[in-house]
Amino acid sequence: MEQAIEVRGLRKSYGDIEVLKGIDLSVERGSLLALLGPNGAGKTTTVRILSTLLEPDGGVARVNGHDVVAQAAAVRGSIGLTGQQTAVDELLTGYENLVLMGRLFRLRTGAARRRARELLARFDLEDAADRLVRTYSGGMRRRLDLAISLVTSPPVLFLDEPTTGLDPRSRGGVWETVRDLLASGVTVLLTTQYLEEADQLAGHVAVVDGGRIVAEGSPSELKRHVGAERLELTFADERALAAASRVLAAEEPRAGGPLALSLPVEHAKDVKRMLDQLAESGVEPDRLFVAEPTLDDVFLTLTGQPTGGTR
Amino acid sequence: MTTVTPPAPAGPSAYWALNDSRALIGRCLRHIARSPEQLMLMFFLPIMLLLMFRYLFGGAISTGGVSYVNYVLAGIITVAVTFNATATSVAVCSDLQEGIVERFRSMPVRGSAVLVGHVVAALVRHVISIAVMIGVGFLVGFRPQAGFGQWCAALGLLLLFATAVSWIAAVLGIVAKTVEGASGLSMPLVFIPYVGSALVPPSTMPDGLRAFAENQPVSHVADAVRALFTGAPVGDAAWLAVVWWAGIIVVVVPLAGRLFRRRAAG
Ligand SMILES: Nc1ncnc2c1ncn2[C@@H]1O[C@H](COP(=O)(O)OP(=O)(O)OP(=O)(O)O)[C@@H](O)[C@H]1O
Ligand SMILES: [Mg+2]
Repeated sequence: MEQAIEVRGLRKSYGDIEVLKGIDLSVERGSLLALLGPNGAGKTTTVRILSTLLEPDGGVARVNGHDVVAQAAAVRGSIGLTGQQTAVDELLTGYENLVLMGRLFRLRTGAARRRARELLARFDLEDAADRLVRTYSGGMRRRLDLAISLVTSPPVLFLDEPTTGLDPRSRGGVWETVRDLLASGVTVLLTTQYLEEADQLAGHVAVVDGGRIVAEGSPSELKRHVGAERLELTFADERALAAASRVLAAEEPRAGGPLALSLPVEHAKDVKRMLDQLAESGVEPDRLFVAEPTLDDVFLTLTGQPTGGTR
Repeated sequence: MTTVTPPAPAGPSAYWALNDSRALIGRCLRHIARSPEQLMLMFFLPIMLLLMFRYLFGGAISTGGVSYVNYVLAGIITVAVTFNATATSVAVCSDLQEGIVERFRSMPVRGSAVLVGHVVAALVRHVISIAVMIGVGFLVGFRPQAGFGQWCAALGLLLLFATAVSWIAAVLGIVAKTVEGASGLSMPLVFIPYVGSALVPPSTMPDGLRAFAENQPVSHVADAVRALFTGAPVGDAAWLAVVWWAGIIVVVVPLAGRLFRRRAAG
């Protein structure tokens, strides 16, 4: 079956600076791809090309089966976009914003009004519906922005850093909405600097850096790529910690450091072996758990720099 | 959650152009009452100017046979039109800056509809402002001699002038990089009527300045409208005004469209 988003060799330069150096992507219908990358990686540029706001210098991109250059109008009819910059009318109320956008999406007036009420309720903006957007908080604006991109239930949705600047509760709300949309068959391309976000939502992550895709896969594949899981052990006191590190031939723990050991695990049986060794020598760990590497580790390994937006 | 599917964008494209324009005109009309700056430029500043010229300077200005207030009202109205134009420049510029135009571009909206929305709303502001100025004029002694036909001609001419000025203002708003820049760029527009016959008869000006003042296009509008109001012979002013401002519209409208598309795509 045809992919909802198909990108081959996408290139774009501003003057002498090449900001996209050949991007390849494909997103299956009804799935989500997270473009993960630091500031200036080229995420927004990619989204702007895919939403017909910018023409590429080279490469091909098809969205919902339409070419973004040759069939721009058809693409516009099948996408919703929430850009990085909030795009709402400050001098209209939330309700008026949604009705206006509904009319511009070619809904009849009655349908546009019904849809506006529905979206206000869904995004928890009913109480503020008749206030000018000028008086909204940043999070409310962002939610309205997102609601606007859903006015016509587009089959493909672009979200450029949709949760930047939101508090944890609002962020959770956006994630919830995105999951609902995915469940209803919408295809989502989302950009983020937050690894947690990609981890929460993405079936598929493409790590962008310097205008290239430097890695691609499911969050767990990417983590596996970076390294093994680790057994994390904590101990009640220094004596137990020292004994354990002797038994398990771990690195000498730092004096005054945390009462913890972190050991690489290749197979499940390694965990059993280590726990058996500890039991034989009479050392009891306080707590234990097996940790996957985080996407932060992935990021560091792939791009050679810590993430742009760690929190 | 229900699913909303828009009607297929079939149908004549003129229909959708009209639909988009109507929606965007409505948007800009709502802005008027909510933006103190626009209200100030529509009412407060031109009324202050009228009162100032009527009561402070008017006594010292000789206008031949007509009373000063009958002389100056047409000119004050041309100034009011250029005041209002400043607001149009600012509104167009801030749309381009705030990302909302970018959103419209990702939708099946005609780019020109955004400009049409601004210009039509500007015309509504001009009409209200002109009506209020004429009303205040009556309160401070304006006594026109115009018959029905002359009123229609005068208002028609002012409308043509206001349309052209609104498109010029839109161009300035597109060209400006910032909102402050937009109001700066439209300053010359506000000053042009002063260097003309709008507020004082140019007969006392030095020769070079006087030649400019008598022949620049805002003076033609002020002269023609004044003559129509006071029942004096209109002379060449009316047709000169029509040729100038219709010509300006023919040049500026496509220019605005082209600049807008280019700026929005950048
Ligand atoms: N209009 C422009 N003119 C010149 N350079 C630009 C322009 N737009 C973007 N760039 C450059 O292109 C590069 C990629 O920008 P882009 O906005 O796509 O990054 P991003 O991944 O979205 O970053 P961020 O996380 O900061 O939003 C940056 O180096 C930026 O400076
Ligand atoms: Mg960006």
